[in-house]
Amino acid sequence: MLIKKPADIKSSEITPRELYLNRRQFMLSTSAAALAFTGVNFANPPAQAQSAGKLANVKKSNFSTSEKLNSLKEITNYNNFYELGTDKEDPAANAKYLTTRPWTVAVEGEVKKAKTYDIEELTKLAPLEERIYRLRCVEAWSMVIPWVGFPLSALVKLAEPTGNAKFIQFVTLHDPKRLPGQKIPTMEWPYVEGLRMDEAMHPLTILSVGLYGEVLPAQNGAPIRLVVPWKYGFKSIKSIVKVRFVDKQPAASWNMMQPQEYGFYSNVNPEVDHPRWTQATERRIGELRRRKTLMFNGYGEQVASLYSGMDLKKFY
Amino acid sequence: MLICLKPLAFIICLIPVAQLAYGYYSDNLTANPIEYITRFTGSWSLIILLASLAVTPLRRLTGWNELIKLRRMIGLFAFFYAALHFSTYMVLDLDFDFAAIAKDIWKRPYITVGFSALVLMIPLAVTSTAGMIRRLGKRWQQVHYLVYPIAMLGVLHFYWLVKADIRRPVQYGSVLALLLGIRLAFRLTPIVKTWRAKGSTPLLPSSAAPRGRKEVGAGTERSA
Repeated sequence: MLIKKPADIKSSEITPRELYLNRRQFMLSTSAAALAFTGVNFANPPAQAQSAGKLANVKKSNFSTSEKLNSLKEITNYNNFYELGTDKEDPAANAKYLTTRPWTVAVEGEVKKAKTYDIEELTKLAPLEERIYRLRCVEAWSMVIPWVGFPLSALVKLAEPTGNAKFIQFVTLHDPKRLPGQKIPTMEWPYVEGLRMDEAMHPLTILSVGLYGEVLPAQNGAPIRLVVPWKYGFKSIKSIVKVRFVDKQPAASWNMMQPQEYGFYSNVNPEVDHPRWTQATERRIGELRRRKTLMFNGYGEQVASLYSGMDLKKFY
Repeated sequence: MLICLKPLAFIICLIPVAQLAYGYYSDNLTANPIEYITRFTGSWSLIILLASLAVTPLRRLTGWNELIKLRRMIGLFAFFYAALHFSTYMVLDLDFDFAAIAKDIWKRPYITVGFSALVLMIPLAVTSTAGMIRRLGKRWQQVHYLVYPIAMLGVLHFYWLVKADIRRPVQYGSVLALLLGIRLAFRLTPIVKTWRAKGSTPLLPSSAAPRGRKEVGAGTERSA
């Protein structure tokens, strides 16, 4: 049996993206006009309007990989975001529920400058950079994704952590209306994750607000999410509403649920298998054959020193 | 009736294959087609296996005896999808890396039970021909009781592999429990009736309820 390789040319690539979007806009405006003509009030903006939007002044970054990018279609239609459904295609289908304006992120806990930021303010906190990172899911697949964001350290510095701040806990929005997957007790909601302070301050760690130069789509964790490229994907928590500085290792959702399968650190490590499957290899989305998984997802040069002296088989 | 029933069931059982073929040609098997095909064929194997186990209870509850003639075909389709499922894993996922496959089967309990279920299905498929049924006689029935542990292993395989959302494996497990429960009820009813008729506690229920008695069309059917 043969597996068809992805078509060389995707329809979205044949048509220039602007034209493609204009066409959508055209269709939307004509349908809006048609509705207006029939006297129906078209007050609610169409769902697409929310995610469409180019991010201005995005700088390139030396941290980006030059590997072949996964397509926007792959990145936005194959997601693990249980709050929008547990099947891979569910988050794209349910993305419409997650409205991302207004949105605030509360920075609190062991900090001198606790503050609730509006999302617009956060997006302008630091210069936006494109960071093309490998993403390695704990389920042994991977992608190469052009995130747009800024270093988490920029936010941490503004918050001025006290001497007691040893870890940061992140919390996802808890609103079953906007995240309908939360109506099902698959996990304990809201989703929480955490980083050690030095991991949070590492220049590779970013808060992402965009993808492919545009505003982050809901299914990818809009409007703001963490991206920690040397850890399994589930550490990169989505749709964040709280950033809490704490003195002890905070709770993290998968770790709480299955501590023997998902450690707090969850660094990508080909030598420590998931109890139910191997982590030595992975399938890059779009490729047929598995490839070898790299220690720290290939970011060892930058991050290995964070864990020197730690037994990574024990602190997996 | 049967004239159209059998081809109809055959076509229904092929719908998932057609769906896969269509998804393949329309580039619609998600961004990770290998994972998708693996899950898809695995799910259908289980669903069709449960359907094959539903034949006998349905037949007995409705009295529609012709249904029994569909059972072999449905069972073989369950095996067909299980074989597709394993082939996807062996060929597409692991690229004939037999060392990795052997390690998986040995080390990963969910694969151990799934593989066991598949292996146990082989004797059932092999002995499904009319010739084998004749040759094996009463032993055919005993061999085909294997379908119960196979179904349990299949559901367990699914349950052990999901990360957090256990709803689907639990649904399959519930259907299996129901189908086995109905069988148990069929078994117990005549025994209970005999006890009642005798009006006393039975010390030797086995003598009271000979198995497989007076079933409709007992010559051609096997109630597994």
